Amino acid sequence: MNTTTQDTDATLDPVSHDDHHHDGPPKGIMRWILTTNHKDIGTLYLWFSFIMFLIGGAMALVIRAELFQPGLQLVDPNFFNQMTTVHGLIMVFGAVMPAFTGLANWMIPLMIGAPDMALPRMNNWSFWILPFAFFILLSSLFMEGGGPNFGWTFYAPLSTTYGPDSTALFVFSVHIMGISSIMGAINVIVTIVNMRAPGMTWMKLPLFVWTWLITAFLLIMVMPVLAGVVTMVLTDKYFATSFFDAAGGGDPVMFQHIFWFFGHPEVYIMILPSFGIVSSIVPAFSRKKLFGYSSMVYATASIAILSFLVWAHHMFTTGMPLAGELFFMYCTMLIAVPTGVKIFNWVATMWRGALTFETPMLFSLAFIILFTIGGFSGLMLAITPADFQYHDTYFVVAHFHYVLVSGAVFSIMAAAYYWLPKWTGHMYNDTLSKWHFWCSLISVNVLFFPMHFVGLAGMPRRIPDYALQFADINQIVSIGGFAFGLSQLLFLAVVIKCIRGGEAAEAKPWEGAEGLEWEVPSPAPYHTFSTPPEVK
Amino acid sequence: MKHWLYLLVGIFSPTLAASELPLNMTQGVTEISNQVYDLHMTILLICCVIGLIVFGLMFYSMLNHRKSKGAVPAQFHESTKVEIIWTLIPFLILVGMAVPATSTLIAMEDTSDADITVMVTGSQWKWHYKYFNEEIEFFSILSTPRDQIDNKAPKDANYLLEVDKPLVLPINKKVRFLVTSEDVIHSWWVPAFAVKKDANPGFINEAWTKIDKPGTYRGQCAELCGKDHGFMPIVVEAMPEAEFDAWIAGQKQAATEAAAQAEASLSQTLTMDELMAQGEQVYMARCAACHQPNGAGLPGVFPGLLKSPIIQGPVGDHLDIVINGKPGTAMQAFAKQLTAQEIAAVVTYERNAWGNDTGDVVQAADVSNFEK
Repeated sequence: MNTTTQDTDATLDPVSHDDHHHDGPPKGIMRWILTTNHKDIGTLYLWFSFIMFLIGGAMALVIRAELFQPGLQLVDPNFFNQMTTVHGLIMVFGAVMPAFTGLANWMIPLMIGAPDMALPRMNNWSFWILPFAFFILLSSLFMEGGGPNFGWTFYAPLSTTYGPDSTALFVFSVHIMGISSIMGAINVIVTIVNMRAPGMTWMKLPLFVWTWLITAFLLIMVMPVLAGVVTMVLTDKYFATSFFDAAGGGDPVMFQHIFWFFGHPEVYIMILPSFGIVSSIVPAFSRKKLFGYSSMVYATASIAILSFLVWAHHMFTTGMPLAGELFFMYCTMLIAVPTGVKIFNWVATMWRGALTFETPMLFSLAFIILFTIGGFSGLMLAITPADFQYHDTYFVVAHFHYVLVSGAVFSIMAAAYYWLPKWTGHMYNDTLSKWHFWCSLISVNVLFFPMHFVGLAGMPRRIPDYALQFADINQIVSIGGFAFGLSQLLFLAVVIKCIRGGEAAEAKPWEGAEGLEWEVPSPAPYHTFSTPPEVK
Repeated sequence: MKHWLYLLVGIFSPTLAASELPLNMTQGVTEISNQVYDLHMTILLICCVIGLIVFGLMFYSMLNHRKSKGAVPAQFHESTKVEIIWTLIPFLILVGMAVPATSTLIAMEDTSDADITVMVTGSQWKWHYKYFNEEIEFFSILSTPRDQIDNKAPKDANYLLEVDKPLVLPINKKVRFLVTSEDVIHSWWVPAFAVKKDANPGFINEAWTKIDKPGTYRGQCAELCGKDHGFMPIVVEAMPEAEFDAWIAGQKQAATEAAAQAEASLSQTLTMDELMAQGEQVYMARCAACHQPNGAGLPGVFPGLLKSPIIQGPVGDHLDIVINGKPGTAMQAFAKQLTAQEIAAVVTYERNAWGNDTGDVVQAADVSNFEK
């Protein structure tokens, strides 16, 4: 028997002798460049994402170093603006989104019993254009006049008429990122719809698969909107159109409507897969089935639909009519309902379970609590009259970092620890991973919690220098920032150690884990499920 | 250590937080700002209560339902009844929040029946105020000295929150603001009034306030507007009506005098040294933010003035760009921001500073003739 048939459960289909397959991956760099294997591509995405996380994090540390004290110390305001802009772009498009795509590549075929993604060559392509996108974006920082300095939201006319010469590079790099995301999303949808193993009916899909399916639809719907708006920025700046210039009949506020029509579903793109991850991990370490599986699916779908109806809550101060403000306030508040259902379901899953606290569980529990805190500040921001005071202050910065760092990033960490044994065949170093967790947990709160206070007290976001009453809290925040950044090097150490060796992992290293991915050996062989398993 | 204590106290005691370290929203000095503050505190409280219940249950479960304590997992994993309950209860809480929010919002958006109207115009990186029906308008620019920002001098108490000419408003009068911009989007924000309104180029937004107490209220631009976004504060002086009327009269008087002085300056001829001294002051206040104190500019963003073709070329071209600006760039039209005397001085300065030894001397009359 060759490797291919050993990979699958041989008892399911004893006549499966597919000798056309190569046994393993080719050697050397070409393995990675030419690969169409979902596991290799997943690995590429995950490493790429981690490198971007470190680069974007280094930029955040430049910001925090400058803000350590009032006065201008290290960087000039124009470079400071480039740091806030590129930090945001890299973390959103380079760190969080590719990490989820990497997890999807690795885990969706394993979870639904498919041999690979449905469109493997496109899969290769959708990864390999990404490094070029970020090379273009990062190299624009070295141009005369610097890189993008108008915030990751690139509001016109700051990004058009008043933008730096490098804006074209920014636009092209965002185009490439968008193409990559769309191809990734198409692949996820086609795979899930067509390649589920026999018996894997819709309501048996693992929640990670469900949430990714819905995320992929969101991506397909909003990425073209982003492509459209960056193209309008491009033609406004270089080809004398005036989409966003009142002098030519355009409207700068229209930019914000189009951008946030992409931008708000985008924030759910960055959190729905987290819900899926946490919904896999909490039941595993509670040794109890997920509470309210179907309500979780419906809640995810409701959040996705509502995400298209709330974009203008980012724009309450732009001068909307009262009716518009009321509509977007009510719709935004409504999102709290399905989000609440999810949190209650996780707590109910833990309730009267048999809990253990391995590192993936610790990160998931931290996710639930800290994401909920981010949800509360989100609810406060939805209240339009109060939003007039919160808008564009550090309160908003605190809010979205709670949902994206201690939310999305923590869930990615949880996922990495949960599936590392499956990927590498080794258990990670438990002590080191616990150090990583506790250092991250404490520092992330020192970093982001005090931001609520300076924001409420009136410190605007995106400023390189601030009034004296904000000095003490900014100092605390900066210390937290450096501590959080350094803590992530522990994660790198854990992962490298785990790849190099460690206690051998069983096929199912977690007692309470469920799902097809635990039925293949650890590490998962290069080819899995060449013969579909049967799901009962 | 003390600050940590304050942080903890701040979490649990909103009243203390408002008075000690700045940890909470400004309560403000208008009826609206007080309503907004109450709304904020109510919702914060509701969130805290929900948080305590949910996190409390989680921690109870984490402490008591541990495998190490011999917990045996229960089998339940579904209950439509429970799902309906925890969908409905949050929904009702939200309705409860939406009611006061809606009424406050309706009040905030009612800009009718204003007693006075002020046009607020943002531009990179200053505010311009114009009182309707009074012939008064002026720019309001950050007055913190550069040395304080560069850490060469100790910072004073209102570091970055002080301007050369504050907006002056009467108390107990409904003031309507018309907010717009000349270049990029800015946002005019005074926390004490709970007014934050974007200044959109080409469009005019409305907002209003009615201040209860005299005092000095400070705010900042709240929308990223380029390099010096952090350096365009807002200062409002609120005073009783009688004082405000006196201030208006004084301003009108000053405007007449300034006009007379400007007229007189046209017939004066200043020496090169006098022009250079005045020009340096104007340059540092108005031009240095972009073109830099040493005239080198920021390559690729703001052009340098050393050996630039405009500086080296005819005086007319130089005056043209200073007076009329360059449309589609950050170069503003300074005709209405500076007097003829100031423009003459700054142009002379630019043409003779940093090794630009053109030797040209421009007088106020030259500027005035050029404008004609």
